[in-house]
Amino acid sequence: MAEFLFAASVFVLAMVALGLARILHGPDDADRMMAAQLLGTGGIAALLLLGAATGEAAIVDVALTLSLLAAFASIAFAKAADAPAQDEAAGEDRA
Amino acid sequence: MTAVLDAGLALLLVALAAWATFSRGTFAAVVGFIAYGLLLTLAWVRLQGIDVALTEAAIGGGLTGALLIGAASRLRATEDAARADRPGAFTRSIAAIAAAAVTAALAICVFALPDPAPSLAQEVAANISVTEVGNPITAVLLAFRAMDTLLEAIVLVFALIGVWSLAPDSAWGGRPGPLHRADPDGMLAYIARVLPPIGIVVGLYIFWVGADHPGGKFQGATILAAMWLLVVMAGLADTPPVSRRWLRIALVGGPLAFIAIGLYGAYAAGAFLAYPLGFAKPLIIVIELALMPTLTLILALMLFGAPQREARR
Amino acid sequence: MNLALDIFTIVAVTAGAVFFLAGTLGLLRFPDSLTRLHALTKADNLGLGLVILGLLPRIDGVLTGFKLAFVWLLVLLSGAVASQLIARALRNRDRRP
Repeated sequence: MAEFLFAASVFVLAMVALGLARILHGPDDADRMMAAQLLGTGGIAALLLLGAATGEAAIVDVALTLSLLAAFASIAFAKAADAPAQDEAAGEDRA
Repeated sequence: MTAVLDAGLALLLVALAAWATFSRGTFAAVVGFIAYGLLLTLAWVRLQGIDVALTEAAIGGGLTGALLIGAASRLRATEDAARADRPGAFTRSIAAIAAAAVTAALAICVFALPDPAPSLAQEVAANISVTEVGNPITAVLLAFRAMDTLLEAIVLVFALIGVWSLAPDSAWGGRPGPLHRADPDGMLAYIARVLPPIGIVVGLYIFWVGADHPGGKFQGATILAAMWLLVVMAGLADTPPVSRRWLRIALVGGPLAFIAIGLYGAYAAGAFLAYPLGFAKPLIIVIELALMPTLTLILALMLFGAPQREARR
Repeated sequence: MNLALDIFTIVAVTAGAVFFLAGTLGLLRFPDSLTRLHALTKADNLGLGLVILGLLPRIDGVLTGFKLAFVWLLVLLSGAVASQLIARALRNRDRRP
């Protein structure tokens, strides 16, 4: 069973590594962001499988922290994509 | 099977590092760096460093990514000029040779270590019962090497002052960062209302569980700071002006309490930051409780950035 | 009983891995940013959900079970919000001249 979970973790990581190709090609910045998002979710799955395979209970806490902060990069990206509108807002606040 | 996983991780890490270094666009490099941070978390888990993995997940996974994306968007206007300014091939090859030489020196040192490598783990394991905490990392950070943690906290305050010094003269003492506006009915406002309560509970849990399991005040403070950053990014709250008294008192309160406990230790147990027998765990808890708000404030303020807007009284 | 639980774990984790495969293939092969976003969320919801479902019989306490369920719920929440935000950014980029 531990071997199977370990193999599953390697498989999920391999999938995610394939997805990283999108970071290379992705014509749009949004595509790169999506690949990072997939890496986050895949990383959480691989961590949980590793934790179950090795019996280390604290790994679930690491997965919990990752899942909490998973959206931050995407949120920052969405805000950055809206940047021109935001510069006006900052400008009028300074005036 | 473990060898496959470890080798795969190592290869991916090197590939992502190469991508982040050589890629053309700033944003593509930043995304590569975020992915690198996530994989590094996995690497730390494989190296049995769960505490470090928690810290890497909290800082590298979410916060550094948000910080770098914000920086990349501010630099968008000057990106072409910066690219035109690249140093020549000769300078770059000197830099490459120097970096390779340092790496080779490090590799030789690591491979030349005796097996097993010298470490104090045995002494820590033998003496940990005196500190009454179960997590050896917490015991080392807050009991055996508490001096390092104290100096670290003070250095963080100095780093924050360094960030503040980047403010333009007119904005000194003002509110950090731009004013964020978001649709109050939109998705961003929604998640900024739903996630922070959960985040606060998780952050406090990770702080509390650090006594006996991986965790501790730094990881907990990072999660709390991230929740604050989320609320600010959604425009639900504005950043506090850095001249506010409560903010400055809270910033120095943690290190001052730490120093006070150190002086008490000098009086009651003979050395600065020594703990009297039987008082170890309560004192450690007091130190952690005092440092938690300070660390949260420092991390959040460093993420908000230098003051940009005047504080309107 | 143990054998049945083990089989359940293997089946659920394999199904989850298949969804990760589907999500990655979609991310790589779909023609358009929005369709790629759609493929991504399948890996988030079902891939991780099935993996966690398969790991539930192996937990060592109720607290760990709660934490696992929480991880899934948080990923669902952040995935939903992130895909909305990315989609909106894509739409605004298409709309801008």
